[in-house]
Amino acid sequence: MALRNVSVDVREGDIKALIGPNGAGKTTLLNIVSGIHQPDKGDVFFSGEKIVNVAPTRIARKGISRTFQHVELFGNMTVIENIMVGQYAKTKAGFLSSGFKLPFVMKEEREIQRKSEKILEYINLGQRKDEPASNLPIGEQRTLEIGRALATGPRLVLLDEPAAGLNIKETRNLGEIIKKIRDELKITVVLVEHDMDLVMSISDSITVLNFGEVIAEGTPLEIQKNPEVIVAYLGEEEEIQRGYNAHT
Amino acid sequence: MLTVFLQFLFSGLTVGAVYALVGIGFNITYNATSIINLAQGEFVVIGGLMMWFFSESLQLPFFVSVAFTIFSAGIVGLLMERLTIKPLKNPDLLLMIMITVAVSIVLRGILMFSFGKDPYVYPAFTEGEPLSIYGAIIQQQTLWVIGITGFCIILLFFFFKKTMVGKAMLACAVNPTAAKLVGINVSRMVMLSFVLSAVVGAIGGMAITPISLMEYDKGPMLAVKGFCAAIMGGLGTNRGAVLGGFIIGILESMTAGYIHSGLKDAVALIILLLILFFKPAGIFVSKAMHQLRKY
Amino acid sequence: MKKGDLLSFLIFILLIILLPVISGSTYTLTVGIFSGINALVAIGLCILMGYAGQVSLGQAGFYGIGAYISSILSVHAGLPIVISAICAMIVAAIAAMILAVPALRLKGHYLAVATLGFGEIIYIILNEWGPGGPSGFGDIPHFSLLGYTIDTTTGYFYLVWGLVAAVMLFSINLINSGTGRALRAIHDSDLACNAMGLNVTALKIKVFILSAVYASLAGSLYAHYVTFISPSSFSLFYSILVLMMVIVGGITNLWGAVIGAVVITVLPELLRRFEELDVLVYGLILTLSLMFFRKGLVPILIEKIKKLREFAVAKH
Repeated sequence: MALRNVSVDVREGDIKALIGPNGAGKTTLLNIVSGIHQPDKGDVFFSGEKIVNVAPTRIARKGISRTFQHVELFGNMTVIENIMVGQYAKTKAGFLSSGFKLPFVMKEEREIQRKSEKILEYINLGQRKDEPASNLPIGEQRTLEIGRALATGPRLVLLDEPAAGLNIKETRNLGEIIKKIRDELKITVVLVEHDMDLVMSISDSITVLNFGEVIAEGTPLEIQKNPEVIVAYLGEEEEIQRGYNAHT
Repeated sequence: MLTVFLQFLFSGLTVGAVYALVGIGFNITYNATSIINLAQGEFVVIGGLMMWFFSESLQLPFFVSVAFTIFSAGIVGLLMERLTIKPLKNPDLLLMIMITVAVSIVLRGILMFSFGKDPYVYPAFTEGEPLSIYGAIIQQQTLWVIGITGFCIILLFFFFKKTMVGKAMLACAVNPTAAKLVGINVSRMVMLSFVLSAVVGAIGGMAITPISLMEYDKGPMLAVKGFCAAIMGGLGTNRGAVLGGFIIGILESMTAGYIHSGLKDAVALIILLLILFFKPAGIFVSKAMHQLRKY
Repeated sequence: MKKGDLLSFLIFILLIILLPVISGSTYTLTVGIFSGINALVAIGLCILMGYAGQVSLGQAGFYGIGAYISSILSVHAGLPIVISAICAMIVAAIAAMILAVPALRLKGHYLAVATLGFGEIIYIILNEWGPGGPSGFGDIPHFSLLGYTIDTTTGYFYLVWGLVAAVMLFSINLINSGTGRALRAIHDSDLACNAMGLNVTALKIKVFILSAVYASLAGSLYAHYVTFISPSSFSLFYSILVLMMVIVGGITNLWGAVIGAVVITVLPELLRRFEELDVLVYGLILTLSLMFFRKGLVPILIEKIKKLREFAVAKH
């Protein structure tokens, strides 16, 4: 059983971090929220609406988008095309109208182009827009994936280990972008992460999972002092200490 | 009434047995490699035609012919795997499907060139009076088909459940990396799975030819029906494939007998579409089982 | 349209217009007509394979539906040919939907097997219940529109290739549009597409229906050209030929599908002497193309020619 008796609340407008040792069930939780897995028991509520047993496609349309642990970019497409696909669900163009190049399709296309360029500028990838997505270094790939998640116009974004494989500078950039998303775009963020510096420095609230159960919940300061959390992370005490220092 | 029904039932069991074997063949390759081998049907044809070649054309004794036929089928399976499957590094699904299709065409081409388009037949395994059950006439060969199929199924059951090699083969598709780590030679398992599935298919072909004859182009339809049998139980489950094969065979036979013989081939396709629509994981499978392998 | 596409398209139109002028021989034009008809089927399959990433082994079934339904309606129901052809396309679309809705939610091999079964069953139905049975039937009217009948080889050549041009235009527009982008994205990661709110299954189904409709149109054109049809033209063998046209031309390349169609249509003429070997030869070409020339024989040859030219130029 991957998760047991897990209950997590996310306040709108927060950056909520989900942390815990490997195998704790964090990605499974994200997968349930985004509709990829169905729970045997339990519910997921989004703005009061029940969204369990709903297909991922429909969940995305309700305003939840996500990134993946292993970057799932459209590698054979350009950077800007990745963002443009993110907007497809909101378009009205269909097969026939696209094939016959109807005027409203052309107008929509121009609009998508414009919006995509704006998003790329926002995440500082504007200069890379025509490059193949697979050519980007991992840091920019992860940023692009976040940009694509923004393209759907979400109210909630789920980020699955976005800092994995990033160096310190890239991680700091990532943190800035995530904070921008919360502060400027007023989007709620749920962040699954192992990088404690990042987690402690940007989160409003943290939930700690271990062996499929919630063992602690609170602000970064509270979590760092929580003995059970420290025990679960035995050996990573130093990281928490460093994170604490970074936060204060 | 009962006579007619029993007649159809038995002819359904007969064809159903072959479908079950084809389905099992699909499962063997799928279990070891996650590949659906669309050339599976051709192995059945090879079984029938090669048996004719050895026993009728070369006039070899029965058991020698059987052995040679099985051997030939095994070689074909081996060559297919070594020449077309093994060389591919990390192929995508589309490519895999097309390669097996391409091989099926090559095999069909060779068969057409060697045997022409005519149907072939050889005598039943035993001479003797047909049985009569409530008035239904049952050929002895029918019993051979059902019996041989049953025997194969039991053998395979022991192979996969009780032998190291069999269990190793099952491990390969579920988690090839883990399999390699525990010392299983995945590459050899893959090869073995192709050989075994070829042999199983050929045995079906050998048994059924005296009853329904064999032509070079029977492969594709057998593949479709066998695949349908395989998915009825959930892809990879042999028990399901057996049940599925017999059910399809019986439904086909009943349709041909009671409704219209032209419709019988559509039965398998209709069943396939219905299963895919309502229960793609198979009818005889539990929820937990199908979550393990994302069909 | 992108510049490269526009140029290719103009050259294409030019070739179509000029071919009957350069070589007026009936033989060449006839081969050309069949190439064009096959190209229509190939383009549809190319979009399905290259953009939705699916295999269909049953295009002959839709091709046959197009031929038979259009013929039956125009001969026995006296409907105008264009209407008959459209009815056939509707039937083909419905059949495609029946296959696609259950199968396309799942992995690729389900559609492959379903289409294999479908093609075989259409073949059986045509043999069993088609007018004339295995011997087929004739007296099918030539294509005509508004009283104007096309019954010359040259006329038919322009009709067929004109339609190919129109279909190419439509298809290129589609590929370059947001929908085309979505299809390409599905190819890369349908997990991510679902997460972005794209209805991946619906898109795949629509592409499949599109390929079926193209094949049906081709079938109708075929029937009204040859005026006599029999089930043997609509067997699994034809489905395989179409598959080969796409693979030889390069799966993601629409123009490749057209060139592939020409190549594979011409091939039997060259292989005429080796009739018993034809299945085998096709199988080998297919296998070798898949294993070694995955980008498509035609694109690879073109690349080689370009490199040779560069080499020659550099030497000076």
